[in-house]
Order: sequence, then structure tokens, then C-alpha cells
Amino acid sequence: MSLDKATVRNIANLARIEIRDEDLDHLAGELSNIMTFVEQLSEVNTDGIEPMTSVAAMTLPLRKDVITDGGQPEAVLLNAPEAEDGFFTVPKVVE
Amino acid sequence: MAYIIQGETGDWEVVIGLEVHAQVISHSKLFSGAATEFGAEPNTQVSFVDAGFPGMLPVINEVCVAQAVKTGLGLKARINLTSVFARKNYFYADLPQGYQISQFDKPIVGEGEVILDLPDGSTRTVGIERLHLEQDAGKSIHDMHPSKSFIDLNRSGVALMEIVSKPDLRSPEEAGLYLTKLRSILRYLETCDGNMQEGSMRCDANVSVRPVGSTELRTRCEIKNVNSIRYVQQAIEFEARRHIDVYETGGTISQETRLFDSIKVETRSMRSKEQAHDYRYFPDPDLLPLVIAQDFVDGIKAGLPELPDAKKTRFMAEYGLNAYDAGVLVAERISAEFFETVAKGRDAKIACNWVMGDFFAALNATGKTMENPPVSAKDLGALIDLIGDGTLSGRLAKDVFALMVETGKAPGVLVEEKGLKQVTDTGAIEAAVDAVIAANPDKVQQVKDGKTTLLGWFVGQVMKATQGKANPAMVNEMLSKKVLG
Amino acid sequence: MRTLTNLTLAEGRDKLAKGEFTAVELTAAHIGAVEARRDLNAFIVETPELALEEAKASDLRRQAGQAGAMDGLPIGIKDLFCTKGVQTTAASHILEGFKPPYDSFVSAKLKAAGAISLGKLNLDEFAMGSSNQTSYFGAVENPWKRISDPKAKLVPGGSSGGSAAAVAARMVMAATGTDTGGSIRQPAAFCGITGIKPTYGRCSRWGIVAFASSLDQAGPMARTVRDCAIMLGSMAGFDPKDSTSVNMAVPDFEAALTGDIRGLKIGIPKEYRPVGLSDEVAKVWDQGIEWLRAAGATPVEITLPHTKYALATYYIIAPAECSSNLARYDGLRFGQRVAGKTLDEMYAKTRAAGFGAEVRRRILIGTYVLSAGYYDAYYAKAQKVRRLIAEDFRKAFETVDVILTPTAPTAAFGQGEGTDDPVTMWLNDIFTIPTSMAGLPGLSLPAGLSADGLPLGLQLIGRPFDEETVFKVAGVMETAANFTARPPQHPPCGCGPKGECV
Ligand SMILES: [Mg+2]
Ligand SMILES: [Zn+2]
Repeated sequence: MSLDKATVRNIANLARIEIRDEDLDHLAGELSNIMTFVEQLSEVNTDGIEPMTSVAAMTLPLRKDVITDGGQPEAVLLNAPEAEDGFFTVPKVVE
Repeated sequence: MAYIIQGETGDWEVVIGLEVHAQVISHSKLFSGAATEFGAEPNTQVSFVDAGFPGMLPVINEVCVAQAVKTGLGLKARINLTSVFARKNYFYADLPQGYQISQFDKPIVGEGEVILDLPDGSTRTVGIERLHLEQDAGKSIHDMHPSKSFIDLNRSGVALMEIVSKPDLRSPEEAGLYLTKLRSILRYLETCDGNMQEGSMRCDANVSVRPVGSTELRTRCEIKNVNSIRYVQQAIEFEARRHIDVYETGGTISQETRLFDSIKVETRSMRSKEQAHDYRYFPDPDLLPLVIAQDFVDGIKAGLPELPDAKKTRFMAEYGLNAYDAGVLVAERISAEFFETVAKGRDAKIACNWVMGDFFAALNATGKTMENPPVSAKDLGALIDLIGDGTLSGRLAKDVFALMVETGKAPGVLVEEKGLKQVTDTGAIEAAVDAVIAANPDKVQQVKDGKTTLLGWFVGQVMKATQGKANPAMVNEMLSKKVLG
Repeated sequence: MRTLTNLTLAEGRDKLAKGEFTAVELTAAHIGAVEARRDLNAFIVETPELALEEAKASDLRRQAGQAGAMDGLPIGIKDLFCTKGVQTTAASHILEGFKPPYDSFVSAKLKAAGAISLGKLNLDEFAMGSSNQTSYFGAVENPWKRISDPKAKLVPGGSSGGSAAAVAARMVMAATGTDTGGSIRQPAAFCGITGIKPTYGRCSRWGIVAFASSLDQAGPMARTVRDCAIMLGSMAGFDPKDSTSVNMAVPDFEAALTGDIRGLKIGIPKEYRPVGLSDEVAKVWDQGIEWLRAAGATPVEITLPHTKYALATYYIIAPAECSSNLARYDGLRFGQRVAGKTLDEMYAKTRAAGFGAEVRRRILIGTYVLSAGYYDAYYAKAQKVRRLIAEDFRKAFETVDVILTPTAPTAAFGQGEGTDDPVTMWLNDIFTIPTSMAGLPGLSLPAGLSADGLPLGLQLIGRPFDEETVFKVAGVMETAANFTARPPQHPPCGCGPKGECV
């Protein structure tokens, strides 16, 4: 399985990771090697096998509908690189 | 009521599917213990889970699950005893985790239906594709700063039910009826308050067009987050016209997300959402499959209220109302209850006329709500009783009703205070009749000569003389006897 | 002071109880050891003042007769566990400066048991690595030295490399680790200590920076089996804030160390002798089998036929989960931000600068295998193979009580060796990953030394939630192995494996 540069660009964009043009070739090579390695799974017969999403042999526990959290805007904003008037702030988004 | 758009090349029809995001009524959020109340100060209803802090994990709220099941039952839908939460991955400023926890291929509710009440009294069934639970995002505010957007996470993590219709709707009007009916059902169930201004019910419309007679499904565009029924209708109308214009000038429509501008009354492409539609859904490894017991579903089913469709049928059968009146009265649970209180032990048609007529007019005029009505059901019932026992004439009753709205007093009290009691004393009426006859010998002669229509004039004169308090039936009877002999 | 830092947790606990020394004395001795071994780069943050304060409080509790199970015992916390008010980075630049407003469930539980944290231990960035060379805060050095080349810097294994090095170098009595594909067991083997990844669901993941949610599990790293049993008892337990935490009583793990394994069946998987397995590792494994036989257990050959696919399965599932788990590091609410003209530019620059190469690589692979058109071929396929791997173990445990394997195919290697190809590097986890995929408990303990003087570990794998049998067998094996070798105390003098300083 080989990933071309356009594919790498596309997934990097989906993952929001900036890639410099000069790194693209090397990265595409590395990722292709990894995909070639995992390709071996195609030889395993998995007909009729249910995908296993969790090893925990239990079902989802439910919580009571009570307010137990919140009311801590200072703590929520404490680590923010940028905040103003009780809000997080980011470069303006134009819709 | 076929909705046909005439184009240059022929007639077109519009195909509409609606996705409604309905905020679940619950105290705390879907996966955290923070509050859900509307209108709080920014970031005050945020847990570290809602803010996507490192190491934070979701734990599901049982009431939100119950509300989704209840809504599913209200939509006569299949309830899936096993459903799965999946992550929908995308980056946005108000999506702290970088993914929305939603349901993808295994939603909690499957196919159901909504019955539209058409204006001519007929009905039409619209299919529901699915209902699933998901988290709401936070709120981005773009107009507080020239170069920054402000992010408030109070809404982040609030439970939503996404209710997806089949592409069964064929006109803006039907879309409006669908939303009205869906909202009515949600409010009956008390699973969503349906408040579109506060964003607790939001609608995405999927719109495409096709030539009349064709059964193809052409490329659709999704108009996001429209926040009133009227805007949904306007957006559909605009979008359908736009598609037709594009097709008729040889263009093609590409699938995209669009935004409705309610000021310009047009839709436009949303570049930010368009970029990458690859959500990379996968089962959320922090959450195991949601398994609910049939007993749990049965318990909720047993507690369901009578829903609008059933209530409408009952009102028609039990009270003899027509489809239109019954439809209006059952739209809100509280107005249906108001009507039934008024109608109890009384003539249902008279009760219906009063509620649909003077009462709704007063509700509109005063700007009051059914929760705090201008006249209580008990007082309106008492007013109707005063007509029934002859205390008030129909005309007087309308005056009394106006006073009830104005003063909030009970009708009996007002009748006493203002001396509005109908005069049924034969002597008093006879005196007034005699006086009018004595004063108008010429007119009496005309009646006797065959101009019986003049009798109405005599009635009017008597009523005037008694300030409207005379019992009209008695006046009529006495006049006929005395004038015609 | 040397004697205080050589004590096991059990010895420290008993001597504190007898009043032979105070928690303040024990803590001060270890703070000295931490300072003396800064050359290993095992800590990202040292918190000696906090530790001494806690030690004073511990002594007061003891006087009041309220000492907890680990009261006064100095430990280290892997920097993947959130610690209230103390920087938590996951060894990533993107989280530099982040001070969580909360403690992880596990670290809070240890604190409640009286354990004293000396600080935050280095690791591979976001726990992604097997050699602790991907940390933004620099590589951790293994305190062990090759006899043939005492100057060479060896890796401690990873990702809990700081934890393993600190425990081995006697800087802390024990440390927390986390294990996603072998991150407790492999560094324990490389550093000659003992560590256990408990059953998935035994320890709460709440407050631990997530790598791959369906695999991540916290566990103890210490110098003896008994110490691991003691510490796991203070880490495990039901947590309603983690939906995958299991509501089960925590057994008295220490009580499981009866020394009696007569009649137990020990599974020896035939697939665990792949090409590339060092002769020395194979020899230690054979030796381990003999020790258990001599103690009255019966070795039984078993087959785990899907073993060879575990690595490929892991390298689809773990990156997929991590690509999503790490989306929250976007420069918006915490950690580092690199400015951008638009929101998307800010994201892309922040994440490019904030994540190291290995993390970026895994995020990209994970994004790819989940993307439209590839999900079924990769992610869904891997989830199916995962079930087959788990089934292999389930069947094996119908006939055996515990499984014995090597922990890693080689002894610790040198920094910079074999780092060119990520896939080769991943082979380190070949024996630990299958257990992780199946969610089973796995313990690594030192069983011998290589000819070049480096520790070699063996792994014991148990049934779900049967850590007790694992501990019981490990205790017997520990006695038989009598592993008394220690890393040299002072790196520049290159003193021998017995640890005596020349
Ligand atoms: Mg949705
Ligand atoms: Zn020395």
C-alpha cells in the first residue's frame, strides 16, 4: 500500500497538522511502509466475525440526571492561551 | 395542494427531508453533570468533560436515554434495544473534544412516522428515518471583536435528539406542518420544549428538485440551522428556485452545506463546513454499547400521555368537533386541557366556539400565554352556564367576557356588580313593549298590513329601552302577540 | 541514606510502622537520590517541597493511628496522570505549562493511601514509543550498563521509561505506569524491575491523558512482586466516572502470594519463538519453565495462532483511537498555541509544532485508516482480528491457569540504535501487544542477566481479573530467579552489575 503525496496532504489537512513541502516525500514513504506492514491483515479470514470494540464484557453504565458539575469558569479558563470576558478566543471565523 | 414550480423548461417539484435537532429536557448534560439551563453567564455551566480536558471521560445520563425512547415511542418508531455511540471527528472552535459523540450506524430509535394535518382536514403521513442521541457543540460568537471569535462552552455536551425525516415532504407548507406537528408531539411528551428562538429546536433542510412526474432523487443541498418555521419555508422556496434556475441554464448542483440569510431571504454556500466532509466515524472506545431492557421501554410506554393524533380523533368522536377545530385545540396539550375543562358537562360545540373565538382572540390581543390565560377555563365555563340558564343573553355574555379579560373577575361577580342580569320579569318587559307600541302607531299599522320585517325594529327598540337586558326571546314572543294580535 | 533507598515498599511500610524512621526521613533520602540521578532525565517535574510537606502530614497521620496502606512511601507519577496544580505534559510540547485543575482517579487514590509523590516521570510523548526517545523533554537513560561498553547510553524502554529508570535507580520506591501495548512491561524488563498491567477495567482511566482508550490501563512498577501487589491494591477500584471501569471488589493481592503453585497449569505458547528472538531471552524463558515445573506446576504447550497479526492489528487500532483522542490538543483551551491568521491555520501550526514526529505519524496513520473508503479494509478488519486474538487466549485459558512468555525479544538497546524504521522499533512490543488486545493482566519480572550484564524479563499472563494467580506464580518465580543484580549507582565510574561503587 503506497500513499501518494496528495493523499498525505489530504489526511494532514483532516488532522490539522501543517506539513512542509520538503517533508512530504519522506513522510509519504514512512506512512507507505507502515501501511504495507499492516496490509498483512488482509490474509486473515474474518468472515462472520463481529468487530471487537471493547474487551470489557459489560454494557454501558447509566448516570442519574443530577447537576454535579460546572460553576467553575475560572478553572475552565485558567489554562487558556487566550481568553477575554469569560470566553475562550480564537482568530475570527468568517461564515 | 400540489406545490409545482413553473420553470422555463417545464414544471418542477421539490423534494425535502428535514433533520431536526431537538434539545432533550434534562437537568444535566448527556455525558457530564453540568447544568443545561439557557442563558447563563459564559462558561459557567461547563465541566472539564464538556471542555475536552485531558483524561476526561463521558458517562451517560439515564434521563436522556429515557427521553429518546419516549420520543421514539411518540413517533410510533422502532426502539433499538442495543445502540452504539460513535465519534464524529472534525475540528471546530466550539467542538472541544475534536469530535462529537453521536450515533451512526446503530441509533437508539429507528423508523417511525409523523402525521400531518392538512388545512382541508385530511392527513398525510411522513416517514421518520431515525432518531439518535448526540452532544450539542458550544457557541461561537463572531460579532464581539473585530478580529476574534469568542467561544462559550455552556451548550457543549447538552443532549440533542437528531430526528431525521425521510425525503417525503413536497412543499414549504408541508415542511411547516411537519415541524409544527413534530414540535407539538415533543411538547406533549415533555422531551423538548420546542423553543426555536432559544435554539432548543433547530432545523436542517435537505432540498432537491426534479421534473414533475420523475421519481429520481437529484443532488441535494443541506441548509443548516434554520431557527424558525417561517425561515425554513423561505429557505426551501429560495433553494428550490435556485436549483431550477441552475438546471435550466445547463448547470449542475453540487452537494454542499448552505446557510440561510433571513435578512436577504437567500441561501449561500458555507465555506467553513464545506472543506472536508470526512467525519471518520468510529465506535467511541470510552463508551460501551448502550443496552436497554424491554421492561424499561414498556414502562415508558405505559406512562405516555395521550398524543395529539389520538386526542384529535377523540375530540371529533366525543365532542362532535370538526377536524379543523379539533386539530387547533389539540396542537398544544394545555389548550386541549383548557377546552376539555370548559366543555365538561356543557355543550361541547358552544364551548369550542367560545374557546376558538373570543378566548383565542383575547389571548392574542393581550399577548398572554396558555400558562397564564386572560380568562380561566373555570370562569369561561361559568360564563357559558350563565347563558344556558338565561341569566345572560349572547350579546351580554360577550360584554361580560370583555370585562372578565379586563378585570380578571368571575362572570357571576361582574353580573352582580354591573347589574347586567337579563330581565326576565314579564311585567317589566310588557311595560317596555307597550310603551314602544304606544309611541309608534303608524309602524304598528304597517306590520298589521303585512310588513312583518318591521317586527325586528320593534325588538331593537325594546332592547334599547331596557339597555339590552331584556330576554330577547320573551320580547319577540310578546311583540308578535301584541302587534299581530 | 543508601539503606533507606534500597528498601522495598513492603519493608518501608513495615519499618515506618515500627517507627524505625519517619516518612520525612524516608522522603528526604529519596529526594537526595532524585537529585543525584538527574543525569538519567527520569523526571520532567520534581516536587520535593510538596513531598516533604506530605511526608510531615503522613507522620502526623501515623501518630494519630490513621496511616493508610502506603502511608509515607515515596513514589513517582508518570507524567500521563493529571495532577492538580502540578504541570502535566504527557511529555509533549503541546501540553507544556498545563496545570490540571484535578487529580487523576488513580493518583488521587494513591495520595489517599498516603503515598508521597516526588514528581512527574518522563515518558514517550503521549505514551507512544518503546524506548523513551520521543519525549519532548529529552530521552531517559537506562541506569543499567553493558559490561562490554559501559559508556554507551541505553534506553530504559517505553513508554513508562522514566518510571522504570527511577525505580531501578532507587530514586523512588515505586512508580505508576500505563500500558497500552506493553508500556509497563517492556520498560520493566529493560530496567530489571517488576511491573503489572492489570486487566482492562481494573484501574480507572479518568484523569489519565488518553492514548488508545480501548487499550490504556494503569499499573504499578516496583522492585518486587509483593510491592506491585501492595501498590495495585491502592490503585485499583471502581470509578463511576469511567464507563469502562469494572464494578468489582479489589482483592487483597498481597494475600495471593502463598508460594504454592502446585497443580497449576502453565501455558507455553509455541508462537512466541519468532525469528529475531535472542538466544539469551530464549534461554531465560526455558529456565523460567523449569523453575515453575520444579515448584510443582505443569507446563503445557498451547497455541495462540493469531499472535503474528497482533502487531499489525495494534498499529491500526491504536493510531485510529489516538488520532481522535489527540484532536483536543488544538491550542484553544490549554497548552501551547502557535498563532495563525485563521482558525484552521492556528490549528495546523499549533499541532505541527506541538507534536513530535512519532505522534504526528501515528495521528496521520489513524486519520487515514478511519477515512472514507478505508474504514472497512483497515479499522473494521483490525477489530475483527482483535476478536480472533482475544478468542485465542480465551481458548488457551480453558486448559491453563497462566501463560509464561518472554517480555521483550531483546535486552535494552542503545539510544539511537534501530530508530530509522518505525516498524522495526515496534517489534519490541511483539510479546506484550497480544495481551493488551485481549485486555488481560500481564506482569513482567526480571529473570536473569544477559552475558553483557543487562536484565531480561519474563511475562506472566492471566485470565481476566485473575491478577491473584499471576501474582502467586510471579512470587514463586521471583524466589527461584533470586535476581539481586542492581544497576551501577554512579554512571561515570562504570561500576559493575552488583552495584558496588568502586
Ligand atoms: Mg447531528
Ligand atoms: Zn560508582
